[in-house]
Amino acid sequence: MSAPIHRLPSKVARDDEPLLVKAAKSGDATAFEELVNRYERKIFRLTMNITRNREDAEDAMQDAFMKAYSHLSTFQEESRFYTWLVRIAANEALMRLRKRRPNQVSLDEPVEGEDDLMPREIQDWGPSPEQRFAQSEMHGILDQAIDELGPDFRTVFVLRDIEELSTDETAAVLGISAPAVKSRLLRARLKLRQKLDRYMRDRNPN
Amino acid sequence: MNCNRVILEISNYIDGDLDATLKLEIEQHLERCGDCMLVVSQTKLTIDIFCDSQHVELPPDVKIRLHEMLQRKIRNPGF
Repeated sequence: MSAPIHRLPSKVARDDEPLLVKAAKSGDATAFEELVNRYERKIFRLTMNITRNREDAEDAMQDAFMKAYSHLSTFQEESRFYTWLVRIAANEALMRLRKRRPNQVSLDEPVEGEDDLMPREIQDWGPSPEQRFAQSEMHGILDQAIDELGPDFRTVFVLRDIEELSTDETAAVLGISAPAVKSRLLRARLKLRQKLDRYMRDRNPN
Repeated sequence: MNCNRVILEISNYIDGDLDATLKLEIEQHLERCGDCMLVVSQTKLTIDIFCDSQHVELPPDVKIRLHEMLQRKIRNPGF
């Protein structure tokens, strides 16, 4: 008798995803629970990053898993299950963000011009600049920086750089064009660099 | 190739999403422009710092509520 899928050793965890998905699709609730266990932390991180509100993040995560369970039969197995899940969760999170901040989320609107992008007075941050901050201090700095980024840029940065979705996958999740994703990612990265620059300069020993 | 053009392509450059000619032009610019070189390395570091900081634990109460809801859904798919 073979071991239940959910007790497979973690060593093969990455490889067994198609098996788990297949089992879940055929009605094996335990297999679906294993998929939830595997991705719940990452999906919560995603919904927290987009909504910046714990209550909304929890609701979005719950609804994302419920929808995934209900619509599992529509999942095309040639794509990655996690990417499909991220797509559902990002949409749930964005829906809540739009409700809470209706005037701040406008992913299809043009962004500002190029002038604001150009870095000024560039200075070296010195060696290992991030190590000059205590972990809790750094966490606070990054939290504030990503919060100040605004929903449009933040969502693209989170999907592309943190969740590592491709440009096309991010475009599909957000319902915007690939060039729009690239444009927002460029701005998000430069804005975050600029925000960190302020702290790094203050802390530069030189 | 000037600094403004390099900055506008910095994201594609970091992602390796440029054709060979443009990539070469940017690299030639970076060899002689210390400021742009710094912005490239600081932007890469910025991405790394944010990605490294992204270890989020699922709060135990949030996990419990998620799995309770999941159990209800599994028992009653119409829920």
